[in-house]
Amino acid sequence: MLNAHPDLTASVLVGLGWYYLVMLLMNLYWTVQAFHHDGEYANGLPRATPWAIYSSILGMVCFYHFTYPPDGFLIYMPEVFKVNFDRYFSNPVLYFALSIAGFWALIALREWWTKPKVSWVLLNLSLLFMGLSMTDYDFRQIVGKPDNVPIVAMLFIVAFCTWIYFRRAVDNDRRMAEGRPLFEEENNEKVLVWPDLVYTELICMVLLTALLIFWGIALKAPLEEPGSAVKTPNPSKAPWYFLGLQEMLVYFDPWLAGVVLPSIILGGLMAIPYIDFNKVGNGYYCFKERAFAVSTFLFGFLPLWVALIVLGTFLRGPNWNFFGIYEYWDVHKVEAANNVNLSEFFWDWLGGIPKGSDLLTILLRESPGIILIIGYFAVLPPLMGLTILRSYFIRMGLIRFLVFSNLILWMAILPIKMLLRWAFSLKYIVGIPEWFFNI
Amino acid sequence: MSVGDYIRNSQVWKSVFRHPAPTDRRNRVVVMLTNFFLHLHPVSIKQQGIALSYTWCMGGITFFLFLVEAITGILLMFYYRPTLEWAFYDIQALRDVQTLGIMREIHRWGAHAMVITVWLHMYRVFLTGSYKPPREFNWVIGVLLLVLTLLLSFTGYLLPWDQLAIWAITVGSNMAKATPFLGVEGPGFQVFNTSGYELITNASDAKFLLLGGRFVGEATLNRFYILHCVAIPVVVSGLIAIHFWRVRKDGGISQPL
Repeated sequence: MLNAHPDLTASVLVGLGWYYLVMLLMNLYWTVQAFHHDGEYANGLPRATPWAIYSSILGMVCFYHFTYPPDGFLIYMPEVFKVNFDRYFSNPVLYFALSIAGFWALIALREWWTKPKVSWVLLNLSLLFMGLSMTDYDFRQIVGKPDNVPIVAMLFIVAFCTWIYFRRAVDNDRRMAEGRPLFEEENNEKVLVWPDLVYTELICMVLLTALLIFWGIALKAPLEEPGSAVKTPNPSKAPWYFLGLQEMLVYFDPWLAGVVLPSIILGGLMAIPYIDFNKVGNGYYCFKERAFAVSTFLFGFLPLWVALIVLGTFLRGPNWNFFGIYEYWDVHKVEAANNVNLSEFFWDWLGGIPKGSDLLTILLRESPGIILIIGYFAVLPPLMGLTILRSYFIRMGLIRFLVFSNLILWMAILPIKMLLRWAFSLKYIVGIPEWFFNI
Repeated sequence: MSVGDYIRNSQVWKSVFRHPAPTDRRNRVVVMLTNFFLHLHPVSIKQQGIALSYTWCMGGITFFLFLVEAITGILLMFYYRPTLEWAFYDIQALRDVQTLGIMREIHRWGAHAMVITVWLHMYRVFLTGSYKPPREFNWVIGVLLLVLTLLLSFTGYLLPWDQLAIWAITVGSNMAKATPFLGVEGPGFQVFNTSGYELITNASDAKFLLLGGRFVGEATLNRFYILHCVAIPVVVSGLIAIHFWRVRKDGGISQPL
């Protein structure tokens, strides 16, 4: 019988063959480098041996992909892995927890994971994971969508850039601790812009043009059916770079997720140079001198922006339900959502919610949430300024500190609301649908 | 005398390039000062400041992609009519018929790439602390350019007028409806609707302003087309000029102080 959703087709196998060929070439280069520079084990065997074996396996895998028909093909992601991965890893709670854990590991283990060998192994693992996953039909449907290809590429580029940053920051931190000059200060003669810079620019332009043309030939720009106001697609997604914001709609109403929070993100970005009073760390990579600033920014960029875009693009399907990476996007998947407002919690506990639609009743009904919000934004900053962030307060002055602490608190409300939702099924902290004022 | 020398000694050549080829030190300096396109650069520069592993080249790539988008965009404008009747079918023709159809692919992939590179440029500038004095204001301009890049991409998203386009814009513009005070589903709009006057309605709120109507329709297409092809690019060009000028004026390419 013909399978409408084949995991493996001839074109997929050939495509993967090319993929493994690239991996093979990368690892051959690595093997040669290791052979020249890594020396030998005690028994005289070159330390490059494991890499040579790995490369040969990749070579065979690559050859196998180019030559075998899809029936009875042996290399694919095992079904048991897919099922268990989707079962245990496929929910937003674990996804977010893992992205936070990853963020913590980036910083805490920075001296370890930026070592070339470690990062090379990590890169190979992620490439193998990707390659094996591509044998799954549903995975391919999402990741292989032409508009999603740049996002996959972005993940690897962001990872690479983060690697460069931490590698050079760790190096410079060590140099400063040892009293040596910064990496950026060594071999830093002045050179003429012609030819040193203009040629780099020229080569860059040529390569980019070639890349764009190649990309344009290889992947057709998508064009769906003509637009129709009556046929609503499910899921309806914003352009991919706004999917982090769309993901916030799960936790906040549109006025916050779509208007206020984006504005605060932009305002906060613009405010960075004016609230960062730390004069050092200007013009070179470092971590220790700017640990707080860098960590905050990385937290905003990696788990709260990039990871949420990935979540919104690859893992949110029909009805904005969460789907595992190997899961079929079933329109009829039902997720129970029975969320409760803070006011309901509070008044149930006291024995009865105030009913009525006049101003005072509404304010009374929502008073617990309103007090919490006022406390969060108005009382917490001075409190922090007098206690844990006292040194910041003294150096920043009143206005600067208030702006800074409020921005930090705004940044924290998304994780806080997520936690409250997952732990207590909390819908709104302040819920006044009469005025569209829900927090 | 070879043909090359003959050309280089002609009056025409010399009127364009005012000095010999930049093969020696003196002329390599002069070329930077006399060429309009090169004079954005200084004459000499710190070696580490232009090292790829330091700059990632992302700002330059973003600018280059902006130029690619401008050129391919202008070519596409020759084929594309922003009306409900034609928009979709013109794009379809670009895909299936027109010789220059690949311009659309390059335009779309270049746009995706530009969004990514502009983020990475910001990422690098932050991580090297290059926003610190004296470059604070240039960072602010950079954030504005980032927003405008996203808006350029967002407005361009609608133009193919397929399902993907109109629903992505519908989802995005539904947010405008919830703008505090200015949207019909935003908190506080009632302030403007007291004592019998209805200032904020679904025919006058922020979403209406964005779409030129209550729904994504012909007026929206026209509005987004003008924003995408004229209004935003003009503003972006101006800001880019200031951004580059200030890089030079605020102490040059970022380096340890």
